[in-house]
Amino acid sequence: MARFARWLKLAVLLGVAAVSAAPLQQASAEVNLPGLENHKGTKCVDDEDYIRRHHPDLLRHHRTEVVHQGIRTQKYSLEGCVECHASKKTGSVASAKDDFCVACHNYVGVQLTCWDCHASKPGKSDVVPSEAARTSPMMTSVQSEGHSQ
Amino acid sequence: MSEHQINPSADQDRRDFLKTSAGLAGLALAPGVLLYGATAYGRPADEPASSKVRWGMLIDTTKCSSGCNDCVTACNTENGLSGKTGPQDSQWIRKVHIKNLQNGVEHDLPMMCQHCENPPCVDVCPTGASFKRADGIVLVDRHICIGCRYCMMACPYKARSFVHEPLHDQVPDVPRGKGCVEACTFCVQRVDKDEQPACVEACDKAQHGAMLFGDLNDPSSAIAKAVKTYTSTEVRADLGLNTGVRYQGI
Repeated sequence: MARFARWLKLAVLLGVAAVSAAPLQQASAEVNLPGLENHKGTKCVDDEDYIRRHHPDLLRHHRTEVVHQGIRTQKYSLEGCVECHASKKTGSVASAKDDFCVACHNYVGVQLTCWDCHASKPGKSDVVPSEAARTSPMMTSVQSEGHSQ
Repeated sequence: MSEHQINPSADQDRRDFLKTSAGLAGLALAPGVLLYGATAYGRPADEPASSKVRWGMLIDTTKCSSGCNDCVTACNTENGLSGKTGPQDSQWIRKVHIKNLQNGVEHDLPMMCQHCENPPCVDVCPTGASFKRADGIVLVDRHICIGCRYCMMACPYKARSFVHEPLHDQVPDVPRGKGCVEACTFCVQRVDKDEQPACVEACDKAQHGAMLFGDLNDPSSAIAKAVKTYTSTEVRADLGLNTGVRYQGI
């Protein structure tokens, strides 16, 4: 028991040391982040950090509005995501391990079931990327440089 | 007296304010009007479906041709159905041939979800997946459907299908998947864009014009006028479901 406590203390100390010593950039350089392909638009429909964290909530909220109330706004439309993020190689967001959705979801180990029912490829749909997505000159590092954070 | 001197000017200010506001409101209204004209029954994309509208369909069986299957084909194409008619295949619309054995009268008619005002499928759904939208379209929310199939048993029209096997290459506008019950949606994805359901469009294209789709609540709509003018019947009217799909000539 005492030995275990000692180990635990050591582990905690090492952990604290690692966190405080390593600068963030160095840490991310060591981690093999998922590579994300360039996509059609130049800017996401919202701030990218916000989308990265909140896209499940946004999509869930939007789906309820679409299905139950027929509110078909395009900003958080899943079809819009597919339209923009479909891979040039596979034409899909989820058919190969490097495709947009799968790459990240595999990385974080979160199972993805959207594509059991939803089309992962853009179709004849008339969804167009939002005005901001098409015209803004802003481009973030993740989308422009792929592998880097 | 001093109040009187102050009041007129205050009134004037108020008038000016009202005039300006009215002017601004007028300006604001102009793009609003354009927006209304461009979308489904005056409904912008960000507004929910309204209970002021009741979508319905009137099918004239005297115009429905016995050899024609165009409505079924159009439905399959629009919604990404396989078109197979096996016991485990999804059929959202079927052509039905009926014959009165007493007098020999025969009819052909398309049969699909009747979009009841009091839908039994909604009554029995244990999860709330089966629901009626405000504008009368009966739908399944596949995110909530657990595939129990109570609704299939409850439906007197055999309108619903169950997806037994994993699906691939779905149509983007019509997500479908294994383990869920599904049925005719009146092509809700088209209706929300102010378009006709695919079957109606195909029937018109084949120059049969046997199907009429529109708002039953709007007295000026073609369907409301037709329902008012001609005798039309509900299938299994005895159940008191007040179906949105009505038949003429049977």
